Amino acid sequence: MAGSRDFFNRRIHSLLGVIPIGIFLVQHLVVNHFATRDAEAFNKAAHFMESLPFRIFLETFVIYLPILFHAVYGLYITFQAKNNVTRYGYFRNMMFLVQRITGVITLVFIAWHVWETRVQAAFGQEVNFDMMADILSSPFMVAFYLVGVLSAVFHFANGLWSFFVSWGLTVSPRSQKISTYVTMGVFVALAIVSVRTIFAFI
Amino acid sequence: MSTKMVKFVISRQDNPETAPYLEEFEIPHRPNMNVISALMEIRRNPVNAKGEATTPVTWEMGCLEEVCGACSMVINGKPRQSCTALVDQLEQPIRLEPMKTFPVVRDLAIDRSRMFDALKRVKAWIPIDGTYDLGPGPRMPETKRQWAYELSKCMTCGVCLEACPNVNTNSDFIGPAPLSQVRLFNAHPTGEMNKEERLNAIMDDGGLAECGNSQNCVQSCPKGIPLTTSIAALNRDTSFQAFKNFFGSDR
Repeated sequence: MAGSRDFFNRRIHSLLGVIPIGIFLVQHLVVNHFATRDAEAFNKAAHFMESLPFRIFLETFVIYLPILFHAVYGLYITFQAKNNVTRYGYFRNMMFLVQRITGVITLVFIAWHVWETRVQAAFGQEVNFDMMADILSSPFMVAFYLVGVLSAVFHFANGLWSFFVSWGLTVSPRSQKISTYVTMGVFVALAIVSVRTIFAFI
Repeated sequence: MSTKMVKFVISRQDNPETAPYLEEFEIPHRPNMNVISALMEIRRNPVNAKGEATTPVTWEMGCLEEVCGACSMVINGKPRQSCTALVDQLEQPIRLEPMKTFPVVRDLAIDRSRMFDALKRVKAWIPIDGTYDLGPGPRMPETKRQWAYELSKCMTCGVCLEACPNVNTNSDFIGPAPLSQVRLFNAHPTGEMNKEERLNAIMDDGGLAECGNSQNCVQSCPKGIPLTTSIAALNRDTSFQAFKNFFGSDR
């Protein structure tokens, strides 16, 4: 696409947040939800994902590179803003701030989460139900995971709202209002899925 | 006879380089007074609340009926025009500050040049000059004219830039006002002929993409201009324009 670097980067940032990162997030949460059945169902599902063909390519192009770009450019956007919710306490302005806070929390969480699971797997550890149950045996980690996962889910849902605006899909105030309700519905739904999963390991 | 007094706390600055400081004033109340008539009273008798003689407060004004935008300042924390800020409707002490998003010239007077530069950058006009009479342009439907009139109410006052979290010294964002003007001129049947030029101008650095959807602009605009609707509509137009630019188009 032509236009400037800023325009191109900003649009790519918006697109990558939904496709593929958002899709991956939903897939990841849904597969993990097998944990609410039993350990065996979770291990079977995890093993299936693990043994997908071309896994390293899928991971690189669907997960690592998009998240890396989204994170780096997202931090640039975050620190460019001069937040002013105390003076302008409007709903959308608060969402603007929360989107940036949850983005940074999500980045910290993902960095830790990848280290604890994917990197450890590369060192030979087996990723299974017991690994997660072990991590979540500490109450601190339960809190950390709850905050991290809920931040990620909120950032995705509210990011979906701004994706619709940024690409010009929702233009009128009414469409943006309806889109607020729909995306907050997405947040609640995914929050239920992820909290149920976290508690399944405890 | 004791007169009712009105308290003001005014942020003052002697020149663009010096640090701002606060000065308090107490002036006699008059019925129906606005912030500007209060400032005029200070100018008439420049004595602060401590009784010391001081310099008169500098501010800008023009039309006195909220259509020129010159007298915008931050009044009790919110950017607005001082001509329509009625003293009886404000909580005291009334705090006046300049809109610091812009360079402060002196006291409450600011330099809004960046907005006028932005209007030039996005080509917020309709080119009609030719070497011969081009004849009448296409007609504009009345319903569309009425709609466009709302967008044309923008007075370049700068309130939307002051309210926007993304217009600041870290960013080169031109702000909501000039973007909405692109929509206005692109909607005009003659202006539409140069639509692509304007869209490409706002796709440049510091343009449309810098908007973070905080939507403070639409909440703050004194003229009630649907700024965020304009921005979203331009997002849609530039989506198509970007693909046309990249892949080419047979128009």
